[in-house]
Amino acid sequence: MASVPHIRIEGLSLQYRTKGGSVSALQDVSVDIPPRSFVSVVGPSGCGKTTLLKVLSGVLKASSGSVSLDNRPIEQTDLSGKIGYVFQRPLLLPWRTALQNVLLTTEVARKDVPLAERQADARQWLALTGLSGFEDRLPHELSGGMQQRVSLCRALALRPTILLMDEPFAALDEITREVMQEELLQLWSATESTVIFITHSISEAVLLSERVIVMTARPGRVDEIIDIPFARPRDEELRGRPEFAGLVQHIRGKLHKRKVPVGADS
Amino acid sequence: MIRNSFTRTLGQVGVFVVFFALWELAVDLLHVKAVILPPPSVIFQSMYKHWYYLLQNSWPTLIAVAGGFAIAAVLGFSIAIGIAYSRWVSEMTYPFLIAAQVIPKVALAPLFIIWFGFGLAPKLVIAALIAFFPIVINTARGLISVEPELIQYMRSLGASWSEIFFKISLPWALPYIFASFRISITLAVVGAVVGEFVASDSGLGYVISYANVSLDTDVMFAGIFVLSTLGMLLFLAVVLLEWFFISWQMAVEAPPETM
Repeated sequence: MASVPHIRIEGLSLQYRTKGGSVSALQDVSVDIPPRSFVSVVGPSGCGKTTLLKVLSGVLKASSGSVSLDNRPIEQTDLSGKIGYVFQRPLLLPWRTALQNVLLTTEVARKDVPLAERQADARQWLALTGLSGFEDRLPHELSGGMQQRVSLCRALALRPTILLMDEPFAALDEITREVMQEELLQLWSATESTVIFITHSISEAVLLSERVIVMTARPGRVDEIIDIPFARPRDEELRGRPEFAGLVQHIRGKLHKRKVPVGADS
Repeated sequence: MIRNSFTRTLGQVGVFVVFFALWELAVDLLHVKAVILPPPSVIFQSMYKHWYYLLQNSWPTLIAVAGGFAIAAVLGFSIAIGIAYSRWVSEMTYPFLIAAQVIPKVALAPLFIIWFGFGLAPKLVIAALIAFFPIVINTARGLISVEPELIQYMRSLGASWSEIFFKISLPWALPYIFASFRISITLAVVGAVVGEFVASDSGLGYVISYANVSLDTDVMFAGIFVLSTLGMLLFLAVVLLEWFFISWQMAVEAPPETM
């Protein structure tokens, strides 16, 4: 397996050009993401979280600043097949079975691996997410949570060195969401990937990550980077601890401070 | 609520039976002359009497419809790819396509006789022209409707254009394409028959117009019945083809709207 790169984002800015001039989506964002870490990005809507992921996956180019992987600029790194992506919606192909959907990414990025091996691999990922027996079902026969698991398997089947997740659990109900958070932690510990995880949920970010990046909106700026000290493996029990509640409260304070003008809240 | 397909089919046949029975009854009670409106019984007798003549003339119509439809499908599909993947092609051709759609193509039929002569060629051209527009518009719409995030993802994995097209875009567009085929096949029937009205010595359109001139109203109706049967069979063929290719779609949702 390819080694997991150390990601450094330095002074990253990105402007969109629109009819009314240019809109600054990201401004002077600097983040250090060590290999094999789990980093969450929280912030209000429109703070450029998705833009950040798109820069990391090479879809968008920075206006200024740099992103480097192991000290090499991202533009000079061949990223193809190394970055897995999980979207807010499952975005599965409705005519493909769960298994075939998982295989989709490997058909492009892991052509050198024989099909039988990729299939066995895909079945294993499905089994790890509790989808044994559902391999031959079409997406519409699966629940929302199951569809999102398939989407996660599709990303993991690539054997990505970096896994980008854009609010992957936002559309799920709370119970499914909590189950999947724990599953994700288990899956992640079985891989070597770095995970960059975008979420609106503060407790989700604290539960899952080593490091939480708190962003502010318009322009998207890093407000604070918070290291989360809890040991792994983590589980639900963590939510009850006072330190956990303290961190959540701290981040919530950061985010709310921006929204409510001083003195308006009496 | 309709319980199963058997009772549904029975009901659908029943509607035809009731319709013909009312027709028969109305003609009889109102003493309508057979030359104005023959009763269904007379029409079916006429179909039985002229079965070979009707069958013989079904063939050229079938060829014109199928051929015109095939031309429309191939051309429409190719142009739709241009529209979906090239902004330039899309912007350049759209106004022309709309303009071409606004012209009643039936009105061009006499012109095609001058250009293409007598027989199969003008029928093919009219059928193709009239069936073409829905295929272009819907195929392009289907290809454009693919989730852009999915395409970006595949591209970031190093997928080639053809990989993205055949693995994602084309199957994604199939429900739209088949929805347009359903419309276009019936339009192709209209086109072929118009061609036969204007200039032909064979085909069901010719049968109908010839019987019209000689006031054989029952033969006219026989021709119309055979024609509508032919149209229904062709429509059914498209539906079967659709079912074969995209049975997954039937289980998911209703087919997309067409223009």
